[in-house]
Amino acid sequence: MKRYVIIGNGTAAAGIIEGIRNVDKEGRITVISGEDHHVYSRPLISYYLEGKTDLERMKYRPDDFYETNGCEVLFGKQAESIDKDGKTVKLCDGTVITYDKLAVATGSRPFVPQMDGLEKVKKKFGFMTLGDALELEKVLTKDANVLIVGAGLIGLKCAEGIYGRVGHITVCDLADRVLSSILDSDCAAIVEKHLESKGVSFILSDTAASFEEKRAYMRSGKTVDFDILVLAVGVRANTGLIGSIGGNVNRGIVVNEKMETSIPGIYAAGDCAEGYDSALGSNRVLAILPNAYMQGFTAGKNMAGSEAALTNAIPMNSIGFFGLHMMTAGVYEGEMTEEKSEEGVKRFFVKDGLLKGFMIIGSTERTGILTSLIREKTPLDTVDFGKVRTLVSNMIFTREMRRKKFGGIV
Amino acid sequence: MKRVYVNEEWCLGCHLCEYNCAFANSGLENMVFALKDKKIFPRIHVEGEDRITFAVSCRHCEDPMCVKSCIAGAITKKDGVVKINRNKCVGCLTCVLVCPYGALAPGEDGIMQKCELCLENSCGAPACVTGCPNKAIVYEERSGDQ
Ligand SMILES: Cc1cc2nc3c(=O)[nH]c(=O)nc-3n(C[C@H](O)[C@H](O)[C@H](O)COP(=O)(O)OP(=O)(O)OC[C@H]3O[C@@H](n4cnc5c(N)ncnc54)[C@H](O)[C@@H]3O)c2cc1C
Ligand code: SF4
Ligand code: SF4
Repeated sequence: MKRYVIIGNGTAAAGIIEGIRNVDKEGRITVISGEDHHVYSRPLISYYLEGKTDLERMKYRPDDFYETNGCEVLFGKQAESIDKDGKTVKLCDGTVITYDKLAVATGSRPFVPQMDGLEKVKKKFGFMTLGDALELEKVLTKDANVLIVGAGLIGLKCAEGIYGRVGHITVCDLADRVLSSILDSDCAAIVEKHLESKGVSFILSDTAASFEEKRAYMRSGKTVDFDILVLAVGVRANTGLIGSIGGNVNRGIVVNEKMETSIPGIYAAGDCAEGYDSALGSNRVLAILPNAYMQGFTAGKNMAGSEAALTNAIPMNSIGFFGLHMMTAGVYEGEMTEEKSEEGVKRFFVKDGLLKGFMIIGSTERTGILTSLIREKTPLDTVDFGKVRTLVSNMIFTREMRRKKFGGIV
Repeated sequence: MKRVYVNEEWCLGCHLCEYNCAFANSGLENMVFALKDKKIFPRIHVEGEDRITFAVSCRHCEDPMCVKSCIAGAITKKDGVVKINRNKCVGCLTCVLVCPYGALAPGEDGIMQKCELCLENSCGAPACVTGCPNKAIVYEERSGDQ
């Protein structure tokens, strides 16, 4: 009987468990869970604060998930080191666990740049874990001024989550726009305006240089007074366990299409891993939930002796703020065409006859058809791509393609 | 596994399937009461233009992207049927971003809904199929299905 050990208990770990069980119903699975929680949907922590979900519904898998899948979970335990020759993992409490196949699914941690006086701020929070959200919730009051450092996805989701429960929110970022990793200036401006119309203030191209307990001194010389500080500057992949034993580590733990690390018998998946991005054509960390699951599932299958490869992963995000939805995918390379309407804006990026990426704000119906064009590298001369300018629909395909796609009568 | 298939050549573009779907899932007994003067949110959609029309609903994929991508773990596949737990969905639309068929859309409340083959509503068999005047929609098993 094979012994599988998984470090981490997030979405990637759930994928690994399901991947293993897809192939091997017998082997022993041990999950080392740093967090003391049943696997939950990390992106839902802002929805929790907003009151759109609760601790029960946030569970990513049902209560009997570990039991059904025959997993032993060590809650609240950190893996400290790996002995790759002896094939063991050592936990912080000294316990040593033996493995035949090991998966590292350790996710990421917040990155906090050097800022003077940060230790003086009493009410400061990260926004990565359920624990963070529960701690933050305790101090939310109707008249609180909140400063969020970081106008990325996590910072803005935090703003939306706490919006109805605090007084005023200011978001600052060193970048010149919001969501700089997924939107260009024009699209970011639409989102920024929408958030501003709700009363959220922005300080961009500027960031906090130093702090007093309730005051931030910005690089520009401005000061911002706050009651609560949220740090959402960025994240770093948790690569230490592999880096420290000589494994190949870049921004994340480098994996191949089978999710193998450079160390035999050890796999990695999710936010800690750097796998192949088929839109970019090289490796990068794709810190999104769908990717964590798919990498995990692929890793699990391979750990259990099957042959699986993840070859068409791409960046893709669907996110909304106060009713304004946006979807982005792929890379923003090649020729850009734009379609503006009352409902919003669509930007398509085409290169070498392929759709490489898009940014869509507003009307998002059937956008998955576009995502599949990128993932499947469908040559655009085989479809009527011009049609997507007015409406994204299956009309872009020829009748023959639709027949195949939908299994119609030939 | 039986699935809903549409024969494009026979589709009249009459949108009746959309109404039958909305009614079947309304939980109401009177169609007039359920649909009259209301914007409907069916789980099957007629696409197309001029002489080409066809209805699209969930394919209940062999390897469903929506299940793998849902940020809330709200979509599952059991016994071949892909279902949404609307109680868990938070309306992020990630499933819309990944479904290669454009087969699902949010309901009136912004929460996702999709074709679940009328297995759990009062119909017991897909209402779009039963009600199609030209028999352009069928519910059958096909060889070559994955
Ligand atoms: C606020 C927020 C909103 C988000 N919104 C979206 C969204 O809308 N869409 C989207 O696609 N993605 C979103 N994401 C990203 C998404 O949550 C991640 O991509 C996904 O959770 C990654 O899963 P994972 O399993 O790789 O890592 P994680 O979920 O981070 O799990 C890793 C786990 O490993 C544990 N761990 C780490 N080191 C050790 C150790 N040494 N020993 C034991 N355990 C350890 C950690 O405690 C953690 O529980 C969001 C993230 C945040 C924070
Ligand atoms: S919603 Fe789309 S991806 Fe999901 S099973 Fe149906 S057709 Fe497949
Ligand atoms: S909209 Fe709902 S069902 Fe779709 S991915 Fe988001 S949470 Fe899941």
